[in-house]
Amino acid sequence: MTENYTALYEEHKKLGASFTDFGGWQMPLKYSSELAEHHAVRKAAGLFDLSHMGEVWVTGPEAGAFLDYALVGNLSAIADGKAKYSLICNEDGGIIDDLITYRFGDEKYLVVPNAGNAPTVAAALAERAANFDVTVEDASAATSLVAVQGPKAEAILLKLTDESQHALVTDLKYYAFNELTVAGQGVILARTGYTGEDGFELFLPNEGAASLWESVAQAGEEFGIIPCGLASRDSLRLEAGMPLYGNELSLERSPFDAGLGPVVALKSKEGDFVGRAALEAAKESGSKRKLVGLKGLGRRAGRSGYPVLKDGNMVGEVTSGQPSPTLGYPVALAYVDVEHAELGTALDVDLRGKAEPFEVVALPFYKRQK
Amino acid sequence: MAKVAAELKYSAEHEWIAADGSGPSVVGVSAVAAEALGDIVYVDLPEVGSTVTAGETCGEIEATKSVSDLYAPVTGEVIEINDGVVSDPAVINNDPYGAGWLFKVTVTEEGPLLSAEEYAEANGGEL
Repeated sequence: MTENYTALYEEHKKLGASFTDFGGWQMPLKYSSELAEHHAVRKAAGLFDLSHMGEVWVTGPEAGAFLDYALVGNLSAIADGKAKYSLICNEDGGIIDDLITYRFGDEKYLVVPNAGNAPTVAAALAERAANFDVTVEDASAATSLVAVQGPKAEAILLKLTDESQHALVTDLKYYAFNELTVAGQGVILARTGYTGEDGFELFLPNEGAASLWESVAQAGEEFGIIPCGLASRDSLRLEAGMPLYGNELSLERSPFDAGLGPVVALKSKEGDFVGRAALEAAKESGSKRKLVGLKGLGRRAGRSGYPVLKDGNMVGEVTSGQPSPTLGYPVALAYVDVEHAELGTALDVDLRGKAEPFEVVALPFYKRQK
Repeated sequence: MAKVAAELKYSAEHEWIAADGSGPSVVGVSAVAAEALGDIVYVDLPEVGSTVTAGETCGEIEATKSVSDLYAPVTGEVIEINDGVVSDPAVINNDPYGAGWLFKVTVTEEGPLLSAEEYAEANGGEL
């Protein structure tokens, strides 16, 4: 497997991170304790290197029409300065990736896919662009992405921006972005995240990444910011009920099974798009299994791949699970036969041969107080 | 780098055992293992009075991101378990060679054990 390193690799080494391979990238798993990192994001702030994520620019007169064709959502309808969550599917309606699209203007969009899928997504977009007047440019290798997440994120960013630009930070709505200067670096600042907390994601050229990282760490010190690795990123997104590609989402799952039906613009978009026919058929025939949240009634956690049982019979499979650091009980996401997916249904998870009681609960598991 | 306590012996499966020959032996997991596991949130220990067999599983250690089996480094009867780590498993991360001990066993037969030097060399620990 190709080993890729982000522009912040040396920073992580200095901080004593332990590393893991993720989507072909050497990424920090944790710096100290993944629980401490998790709690820091819920109570104060966490600093993440997400430079393994992809950045693909789509520009040209037909950029909006092209994205409407290439992705399942209604991307041309996004307002300038706003972002939208979407999926890229294949002709069979299988999910190639989930991604976020940022609209800069009529003719300029930024598409952000997951790390391991970025080359596949960039290639699929380039291929689908054949009949459109657009340019698809994969800028992933030259672009860094740093996230500041947690209730103190805004206060930290205000310390690093000129007073004349403070309103660009404070007035920024969820899933909106601005271009401004943070700690002397020109960045795209988006109010997006994958933690269930308020927070920001900052895109910038690799050259400025280390300097920005150090500035945020320093400015955030008084607020309790700490660097956070992928272990806490995963536990935070799980509590927030957010799917992870490779666990909840894959080529074999339809968006409807994953609870992402509303993301598929079958009604609000008139033209054809890749996967449309298959997705219409999938919606028509209904899901056999759907993604649910499970709450453990004991202390032990279900893990990815563990069978879900009803009266001893297998009725589903866990896709992500672990003890929830914030809630204090085990949580899991699982695909379960629709007849057992009702809220409140008592199910068991087969924990290495021992059936442990779980209950179907509403998602997200954790919702921040606003 | 994780510490390897010089006065202990180790199994290849990362358990340590303290035996001075004068009574029951104390068993725990190494700091190398505790660090690799991540924050430990649950431990399943053998019951008092049960017999554990060297090289076989006798419990489980569950961390936030992973689960692993606990292997008995020796054969013998379990005479005491550490209730402190059952109620607060984080103690294993914080003090793996002290307050984070797991159980005491009357040894009838040792399994293959490594010296601290051998274990540290094989697993990248620091003496």
